[in-house]
Amino acid sequence: MKILVCISKTPDTTAKIAFTDNNTKFAGDGVQWIINPYDEWYSLVRAIELKEADPSTIIHLIHAGTADSDPIIRKALALGGDEAIRIDADSQDSYYIATQIAKVAQEGGYDLIFTGKETIDYNGSSIGAMIAETLDLPFISHAVKFDLSGSTATVTREIEGGEEVDQAPLPLVVSCQKGMAEMRIPGMKGIMGARTKPLKVVTPAEVDTLTSVVSFDLPPAKSGVKLISPETPEELVILLSEEAKVI
Amino acid sequence: MSVLVFIDQTEGKIKKSSYEAATYAADTAKLLGTHAEAIVIGDSTEDLSALGQYGIQKVYHCAGADVSHLDAQVYARIVSECCTQHGATVVVFSANTSGKAIAPRVSVRLKAGLVVGAIALPETSNGFVVKKSVFSGKAFAHVAINTAVKVIAVNPNAYTITKTEGTATVESLSNSGSAGKINVVAVNKVTGEIPLSEAELVVSGGRGLKGPENWGLVTELASLLGAATACSRPVADVHWRPHHEHVGQTGLAIAPNLYIAIGISGAIQHLAGVNRSKTIVVINKDPEAPFFKAADYGIVGDAFEVVPKIITALKKLKGIS
Ligand SMILES: Cc1cc2nc3c(=O)[nH]c(=O)nc-3n(C[C@H](O)[C@H](O)[C@H](O)COP(=O)(O)OP(=O)(O)OC[C@H]3O[C@@H](n4cnc5c(N)ncnc54)[C@H](O)[C@@H]3O)c2cc1C
Repeated sequence: MKILVCISKTPDTTAKIAFTDNNTKFAGDGVQWIINPYDEWYSLVRAIELKEADPSTIIHLIHAGTADSDPIIRKALALGGDEAIRIDADSQDSYYIATQIAKVAQEGGYDLIFTGKETIDYNGSSIGAMIAETLDLPFISHAVKFDLSGSTATVTREIEGGEEVDQAPLPLVVSCQKGMAEMRIPGMKGIMGARTKPLKVVTPAEVDTLTSVVSFDLPPAKSGVKLISPETPEELVILLSEEAKVI
Repeated sequence: MSVLVFIDQTEGKIKKSSYEAATYAADTAKLLGTHAEAIVIGDSTEDLSALGQYGIQKVYHCAGADVSHLDAQVYARIVSECCTQHGATVVVFSANTSGKAIAPRVSVRLKAGLVVGAIALPETSNGFVVKKSVFSGKAFAHVAINTAVKVIAVNPNAYTITKTEGTATVESLSNSGSAGKINVVAVNKVTGEIPLSEAELVVSGGRGLKGPENWGLVTELASLLGAATACSRPVADVHWRPHHEHVGQTGLAIAPNLYIAIGISGAIQHLAGVNRSKTIVVINKDPEAPFFKAADYGIVGDAFEVVPKIITALKKLKGIS
């Protein structure tokens, strides 16, 4: 059994969101970078659990990004995984990234490909489905539970207002979210071991980009809170119905 | 040339977010000087010609047992074939769980640029640029789609439905390909509750409520308002509330018209999931709670005293005693 786990790099959740170069670039200087939480806490940890249940399982991590991402990849390897592949490419176009990953995945012959449900920076939610389409594989999104029995996966996915339990044959692509696994912190042994795990760098293939970011902007600041006395909270009801007109 | 919208259903009924997507498609069509068409996959209990009221001229309906549940692989093929056959240049989805599974596959099939999370109509004065939410609601990106065919998934609750007169013609479509590989074994719906992602009003509770035994305050206020319920992450982590209620950076991102936060501090990761709400009310006993900076209305007070009074006032407003 071979699992490919997609790892993305995002600014820390508390990072200040600001832009430079005429609002065309995220101001990344001084920003703390982390593994995208959905990739780390849910898809990677679930893959590690599958390997713990069946030690013959091989886990490869894949990341598309520049050498700046290597610390993040090492951190992921400290949690688990046998080796990592970095596609030396930087792009915000999900088609470009997904096609690059799909090419590597095709050669690797994976039974299972995990992604997070989205990245917390570009919120694209599209890499998993795009990889699946490129490789003509089934895809289940927003998974909260994943179990394997032979070559059949049973996956619980979130739907609006509930959950659906699906069964699908491998190979399969799954996007993961909360519920899949409990977050872990890498131990000393993991951190030491990660230093010597292979991190292969591959050159990107010729792939088109279909979209480009023209500019970013920030939402207007709130005009300020209107405080209502705790003695007369019923005033809130009047304000919501007559001023804000939301109830 | 036309704009094609994918209409998502649950148990044969059209979802609210699909009416938003339909309106978005009709308005995009107007902008481009063309008309909008829709595609519905799976059996439907709806009168599909009524999609005309949302500006749709024609509906392609692909029914039958082999498409009775979502299989993104199959649905994406059917949508892509319909798009190509009828010459659509823009394909619109709701960015709900179905849309996020299908739209990226359609993008690959048609080699059409994709934007997921659109919050406004495309800007067409210079290219084709779509405004979308990024950094979990903390910023916007204007993204140019540089291909002849474009795929857009619109965020739920981001675009207002307009309903007028109109009737669409309905044409049936057959699934020319094979059935999918995914089997649905069970569907567990939380019955009687409003799906959080589609809710216009949301009442949410945090650790300040002390324990699950106090959630009656949240649920009573919610049911009086017809609101959905939500919670902060630690509340879901300790299982006071189910995981699907967790909103924020690592939970669900929502954009209701009204978000009432009770006993939630307003950590940056929490705000990331709710800051697109149109009106935010914060009830917190700590005047320094960061949430007040993001709020429209605030009450500095003890939730256990304040919320019952709000409930009484609401009952009065609604004529319930
Ligand atoms: C990577 C990362 C991702 C995260 N993702 C999320 C996420 O998606 N969603 C999320 O919510 N959090 C998330 N968090 C956690 C977040 O940082 C906060 O810890 C969390 O939101 C706090 O929850 P809370 O406001 O319910 O609890 P607390 O911070 O404990 O706040 C409780 C509040 O209740 C008030 N209070 C207490 N008693 C009363 C009373 N009687 N009446 C009125 N008010 C009262 C207090 O003044 C306080 O402000 C994340 C953290 C990290 C590091």
